[in-house]
Amino acid sequence: MSKGVHFDARGLCTKMNAFSAFYPERLKRFMKKEGQIRIPSGCAIAAVISRDGKKMTGESITEAMRPMHDRSNGLGGGFAAYGIYPQYRDFYAFHMFFDSRDTRKQCESFLAERFEIVHSEIIPTRKIPAITDEPIIWRYFVAPLKSAVSSMQVDEKEFVARAVMKINTGLKGAYIFSSGKNMGAFKAVGYPEDVGLFYRLDEYEGYSWTAHGRYPTNTPGWWGGAHPFTLLDYSVVHNGEISSYDANRRFIEMFGYKCTLQTDTEVITYILDYLVRVQGLTLGEAASVIAAPFWSTIESKTDLEDKLKHIYLRTVFPSLLVTGPFSIVLGFTGGLMALNDRLKLRSMVVGEKGDRVYVSSEEAAIRVMEPDAENIYAPAGGEPVIIKVKDGVRV
Amino acid sequence: MINIDASRLDHKTVNDLLRNANGDCTVTGCCGQRFIAAGLSDKRVAIEGVPGNALGAYLNGASITVNSNAQDAVGDTMNNGSIIVRGNVGDAAGYAMRGGKIMVKGNAGYRAGIHMKQYREKIPVMIIGGSAGSFLGEYQAGGIIIVLGLDGGKRIVGNFPCTGMHGGKMFLRSDCAGIKFPQQVTARRALDGDLNEIRGLLSEYCRIFGFDFEGVISSVFTVVTPDGNNPYKQMYVAN
Repeated sequence: MSKGVHFDARGLCTKMNAFSAFYPERLKRFMKKEGQIRIPSGCAIAAVISRDGKKMTGESITEAMRPMHDRSNGLGGGFAAYGIYPQYRDFYAFHMFFDSRDTRKQCESFLAERFEIVHSEIIPTRKIPAITDEPIIWRYFVAPLKSAVSSMQVDEKEFVARAVMKINTGLKGAYIFSSGKNMGAFKAVGYPEDVGLFYRLDEYEGYSWTAHGRYPTNTPGWWGGAHPFTLLDYSVVHNGEISSYDANRRFIEMFGYKCTLQTDTEVITYILDYLVRVQGLTLGEAASVIAAPFWSTIESKTDLEDKLKHIYLRTVFPSLLVTGPFSIVLGFTGGLMALNDRLKLRSMVVGEKGDRVYVSSEEAAIRVMEPDAENIYAPAGGEPVIIKVKDGVRV
Repeated sequence: MINIDASRLDHKTVNDLLRNANGDCTVTGCCGQRFIAAGLSDKRVAIEGVPGNALGAYLNGASITVNSNAQDAVGDTMNNGSIIVRGNVGDAAGYAMRGGKIMVKGNAGYRAGIHMKQYREKIPVMIIGGSAGSFLGEYQAGGIIIVLGLDGGKRIVGNFPCTGMHGGKMFLRSDCAGIKFPQQVTARRALDGDLNEIRGLLSEYCRIFGFDFEGVISSVFTVVTPDGNNPYKQMYVAN
């Protein structure tokens, strides 16, 4: 991030705080949205997956965020859930925010030119006092039109990714915050435990869940800026504050990604999509790119093949090394990957019980989901923990 | 013993109850409440469940026992007293500690003992029974850190131990083959004279957790001290 923007933001925020004390209503119109202002953040993350692919409701992961309440400040909470739309498993599920009915209509005609919309509806929510000022929230189950895909000469996923980028950068007031198959992100401004209630996550059943509570030190308070960040079926929840944002952004934008929100989590999502989907790296290799070991650590490796691989990855993708503190959970179809920065400047613990594996910023959250969780440990910095649903289980 | 049921209580309520209690306390149903016993000077506190971050921060003489794991920043800036953890501790245990004792039966996460310090008779001590993560004793300015590696097998400490260390002492119960120390410290095999300094501490530790003292002490220890002729200069940037 550029220092100039940072200091401007702080100055502005101080003025806004004084202003807001007297003119709260006017402040809302005055406030900037995500992408117009850069704000550093700390956070809480949690995740659970069933290796047997067994379904669980979102109630438990919502409860798990309660003991970590103080890691968030009420300015963002969200969840990603996998396996929740089995009846539409072959269709991309677009979760969208709109600022007005007109924007929605515009967006629907944009979609209709490129996709068959098999079903669309308002995402059901619960009215609760803790969550206010919600945008218009819809979901669409879509299939790309074959003619449109072939005329663009790309594969289907690339087609969908480009359509998402196009709407998120080009259509003002519309934002796709989830675009994978048989999965969905749910996010809002509020504490995560309230966001879970708001989106009625107790009524969804998934084999894998991730959760996030946000603590931006100040915020424009827009729903799109909450985590998870997603693209296709990848979702990222992130605790930290990366210092390589601009270097990473400049590199990844050469490949068609548009970082619209100035948040580091967005850029991590695109980096992982690029490395895994586009470049075909394994998850472990992608982890070695973004959390590359120090050269001195690589130098001391005794496994020659492993050593050469790390030298290769650091040499080919130097601009995708993510520096500064982070702990992330990447969700994808059939699995999760948890990863800390190489210096491990954020906390993360992993535990298990039966077919379930748990990840969290704090052990307390795991104990809420499973009081008898076993083998609790803290993975080392840069050491990815990859958990997949067993082979043969349909997800 | 006064019982405080912490389930469903926030950290402020738990700490208010603790401070106002007339006598030793047991906190049950603990699940992530932060700052437990912060600044406390006058009682014994036993904890059931997982206490939250900064357990015993600024502790000033009280003694805390935890029967499970503890999270990050155990004993942050503690001044006096003791914290005994029968499980593992998270990252940055003993952060800027300036007195008292932290004794852990299991492992410690990253940056245990970061910026521990000492002044005259105030010499903080941290003993870890298992292994420690990377950056053990980062910027250590004083005090004694002991890691015992009693779980066996695992490397006793991660990468970059003693980075920026400029005071105090570290004892690792291992020959430390393959462990790289920075240039500004001296790591050598501990002699009887060195070990005499920690005999009393280890004997207390073994008594608390039920380990065999002779078995623990009669092993190879490496002692690490800062090298005054070659002081710490930099790790991250040259300024």
